Amino acid sequence: MKKLLKYMKGYGKECALGPLFKLLEASFELLIPLVVAGIVDTGIAAGDKGHIMKMSLIMVLLGVIGLISAVIAQYFAAKAAVGFAARVRHAVMAHILKLNYTQLDKAGTATFITRMTSDVNQVQNGVNLALRLLLRSPFVVFGAMVMAFTIDAEAALVFAGIICLLCVVVFGIMLITMPAYKSVQQKLDGVTGATRENLTGIRVLRAFRMEKQETAQFEEKTEALAKGQQQAGAISNLMNPLTFVLINLAIILLMQVGAIKVYTGVLTQGMVIALYNYMSQILVELIKMANLIISMTKAAACAGRIQSVLEIPAAEDNGNAAELGGKVEFRNVSITYADAAAPALTGVRFTALPGQTVGIIGGTGSGKTTLVNLIPGLYAASEGTVLLDDRDVNTLGAKAVCQRIGIVPQNNLLFAGTVRDNLRWGKEDATDEEMLEALRLAQAHFVTDKKEGLDTMVEQGGRNFSGGQKQRLAIARALVRRPAILILDDSASALDYATDANLRGAIRSLDPMPTTFIVSQRAASIRHADMILVLEDGAVIGQGTSEELLKTCPVYREIYRTQFPQEVTDNG
Amino acid sequence: MADNQKKIAVISRILRYIRKYIALVCLSLFLAVVSVVSSLAIPVLVGSTIDFMIEADRVDFGKVSMYLCTVLLCTGVCALSQWLMSQMNNRITFRVSRDIRNEAFRHIQKLPLSYLDQFSQGDIVSRVIVDVDTFADGLLMGFTQFFTGVLTILGTLLFMLITSWQIALVVVLVTPLSLLVASFIAKSTYNMFRTQTEARGAQTALIDETVGGIKVVQAFGHEKTSLEVFDKSNELLEKSSLKAIFFSSLTNPSTRFVNSLVYAGVGLVGALMAIGGGITVGNLTSFLNYANQYTKPFNEISGVVTELQNAIACAGRVFELLDAPEMTPDPEMPAAAEDVAGRVDIRSLSFSYTKEKPLLQNIDLTVSAGQKIAIVGPTGCGKTTFINLLMRFYDPDQGRIYIDGVDTQTMRRETLRSCIGMVLQDTWLKNATIRENIAMGRPEATEEEIIEAAKQARVHSFISRLPKGYDTVIGELGGDISQGQKQLLCIARLMLCLPPMLILDEATSSIDTRTEMQVQKAFDTLMQGRTSFVVAHRLSTIQEADCILVMENGNIVEQGKHAELLEKKGLYAKLYESQFAH
Repeated sequence: MKKLLKYMKGYGKECALGPLFKLLEASFELLIPLVVAGIVDTGIAAGDKGHIMKMSLIMVLLGVIGLISAVIAQYFAAKAAVGFAARVRHAVMAHILKLNYTQLDKAGTATFITRMTSDVNQVQNGVNLALRLLLRSPFVVFGAMVMAFTIDAEAALVFAGIICLLCVVVFGIMLITMPAYKSVQQKLDGVTGATRENLTGIRVLRAFRMEKQETAQFEEKTEALAKGQQQAGAISNLMNPLTFVLINLAIILLMQVGAIKVYTGVLTQGMVIALYNYMSQILVELIKMANLIISMTKAAACAGRIQSVLEIPAAEDNGNAAELGGKVEFRNVSITYADAAAPALTGVRFTALPGQTVGIIGGTGSGKTTLVNLIPGLYAASEGTVLLDDRDVNTLGAKAVCQRIGIVPQNNLLFAGTVRDNLRWGKEDATDEEMLEALRLAQAHFVTDKKEGLDTMVEQGGRNFSGGQKQRLAIARALVRRPAILILDDSASALDYATDANLRGAIRSLDPMPTTFIVSQRAASIRHADMILVLEDGAVIGQGTSEELLKTCPVYREIYRTQFPQEVTDNG
Repeated sequence: MADNQKKIAVISRILRYIRKYIALVCLSLFLAVVSVVSSLAIPVLVGSTIDFMIEADRVDFGKVSMYLCTVLLCTGVCALSQWLMSQMNNRITFRVSRDIRNEAFRHIQKLPLSYLDQFSQGDIVSRVIVDVDTFADGLLMGFTQFFTGVLTILGTLLFMLITSWQIALVVVLVTPLSLLVASFIAKSTYNMFRTQTEARGAQTALIDETVGGIKVVQAFGHEKTSLEVFDKSNELLEKSSLKAIFFSSLTNPSTRFVNSLVYAGVGLVGALMAIGGGITVGNLTSFLNYANQYTKPFNEISGVVTELQNAIACAGRVFELLDAPEMTPDPEMPAAAEDVAGRVDIRSLSFSYTKEKPLLQNIDLTVSAGQKIAIVGPTGCGKTTFINLLMRFYDPDQGRIYIDGVDTQTMRRETLRSCIGMVLQDTWLKNATIRENIAMGRPEATEEEIIEAAKQARVHSFISRLPKGYDTVIGELGGDISQGQKQLLCIARLMLCLPPMLILDEATSSIDTRTEMQVQKAFDTLMQGRTSFVVAHRLSTIQEADCILVMENGNIVEQGKHAELLEKKGLYAKLYESQFAH
């Protein structure tokens, strides 16, 4: 929470004035019982109608001033809270954008989304409430006690005692119920999870005739939830009756003391009434304070989570790579992901010259994607060096390098907007001709054939396109900048063999041809590459052309044979 | 009008859920009356006490003690009834939400997939979770608040009228102001809240997209532009939030102000009357106390009204789900399917998701028991739909499917599905232990059988390398399990129950070729003597199929063995040859 406070800077005025006006309002409220005492003791006792009128007018006046102060206070509080939240959101977004792939993997996107939405909202709420009530409630509670002291010290002792007792009860119940509610929340999450899981897996569950078992498990969860809710409720339900009893006991005591004091002439009737009124004010504010503390703890927990996102160290990126020739060299590169037991890649070494095509093939989880993500420095190598044009990629800076590289990632994410908007990701100032050319190269005729052409709408995630169409649009996006290095990470998997072949032909026709990395599980997609890397468990177990590998690399031979059965039999 | 009728229908339906707890409800209402009456008596009693301490030497200690004892009694009664009442209400609320959730879940199990596929998962989840919560909290808690609120208002009025109708009049005349102010603020902030909700929704969508695709954002160096777009939406949200939050936060100060007007009015009139001896000072004190409390239930009620409306809207959404028509029930005299050999006859089968777009048209097919049928064709040609119909996830518009000559429509769905094992495109595993997942089709399987199935699916060694082995909970694995390994687990699941028929829907598309080959061997053993339908992209895996169906636009355009189809030089030959294109 504390570290987030720096985003409050610039709202100092609001943060000071909000609570100040709130205190002003509270002070006026505290004056009311004294005015009433005046009416009783001076007005009624002496039959002074003028005094009564005057006092009533003062009460209205106090109300008006109170209203004005409150409105001002609410405005400042809202302004500071909302502004603060907006800044925090901006800071988190800006920070996430700076994180590298390793850090992004570790936290997961769902986490970031929750931090920026519901967590920030909670914090905003907390700040708003804190500015409004954090000072006000204790002020009224203790103010009432102080006012009671000005009337009569002994009677005020009742106040002191009851405030202590009330605090014990209110905060005690809160402390006891907080963990109970936490466990209720967990149970509710369990019910939510079960519902979601059932819907995701509904086909499988029905295929395996699991409906009854699923229902039984779900009902167990809802039963546990209802029980937990009742248990937590049983304790928190004590709050109102207990505080009610305490306050009334205090009133009885106060009356008893008051009766004696009135008898001895120390107190007037009006003063007893004033004391009674102060007592009523305490309870309301104390309950408010308890609620405030609950929201504040929630907000603080959320703030802590947001803070932990901001504390992930962002990589410094100050390199510059204006021009890239396209030479890529791996010198004994290894990488181990954080928290992973085994390295994802070990001792990779190869050199790709400008314009060459490198095919990367291997089993699931063998490190293919990791290898290509190391090229622009999106992941940092744990050992060894990745060199582009004979310079260490880390000195070039991932951001700058990315500008000269075209990546087609495995999940062909497109963004809401038009096809034109999406292609401009590749090159901000691309002309229509450049974009149409990229679409043509990427075999994305389905766009150019349409009347809307580049203005064709893309829905969020590109869900209005089929898998193969998305892949081709993602390829066009990478090609539009005419990259020096092109990385196709299993990006043709949804294309039929003919389109895949045409695409590779189109890339070869480029001048200058980019150094091209093709990750694939299809031997057909890579067998004409200048060099093929065969990966297994993060290690390169074969390196060379298809012909060489067929002779030297049993794993490659096996892959090849499963896909081209006749050929291998013919050759062998 | 229609809207109101709908609301009434919803409310009467809600009452039906509560009927089960009618005794609790009555008791709770009774306790509400007790607690309201006893709490309202206290200010009067305190006022009377004050009347017996007029000034020095004029204090009647006997009376004071007597009244204070009554206060004590009322306090006890009130506190006890309050506590009991809230216990009852909790019980009702939580049990009703449990009941509704259970009913919703049971209902979902019976809903046709054609219905569920229409909605996003989040939508249904939020109906079962959030809507039920809002509905239960808002409605039941709201109702008791409403009830005690009304009682308090009536009770206060009564007490005031008995003591002095003139002061009561002041209170009655000024208080509605507070309601007016509150409803005015609520109305004028409604639009602001809507704007805020829209701005927030837009921003959440943007965050979803940007953060979800952050790797692409970075790979294309798009950070600056993305942040600019985000800042724009952020600014919009900030502005609309400020308005909504500020204006809505005016409710409390405004009603407090009205309250202070009431207070001053009561003070003025009461004091003037007290001079004339119309009322005592103690009466005035009780009045002032009432004046303080009187507006509170009004505020609460106006809050409750919006809450109730919200709750009814939520209840409506829940009922919509509960009212969705269930699948056509299984026949009462279902056809049995024992020792299924696996002959499949499909007769003039047609299906479409939407009326305008026919998908599968008039498909006829005969598959002898034990044959391997491969289905190929471009995306969207109807392969997945074909499988949905085989499993009766969807029912056809026309035509019939027979297994061993028995119409599948005359079987129980369970019976049909127990004959068919399936590995789907997306590998779904339950968030339970690996053991439970493998044993899904046969919960009674022994440890040895489970391990044997895992071995056959080539996943045993992966499982044994996990620290908790077969007891590993899937969700705990997070990123440590690859798509391919998940698929192997799905295959193991099938290996254990060995149904007479198989459906493999692009099951091996994300396993690498080597693993696939090993699995393929296991599959071949599994498929031996079993009718199997295989949907695959890679033509190499299906060359030995007894029959290859080539589908395009919902029709079977070619049909035959690998060699025959190649000779035809049609779509299949084109697809096959493109594998080798340079």
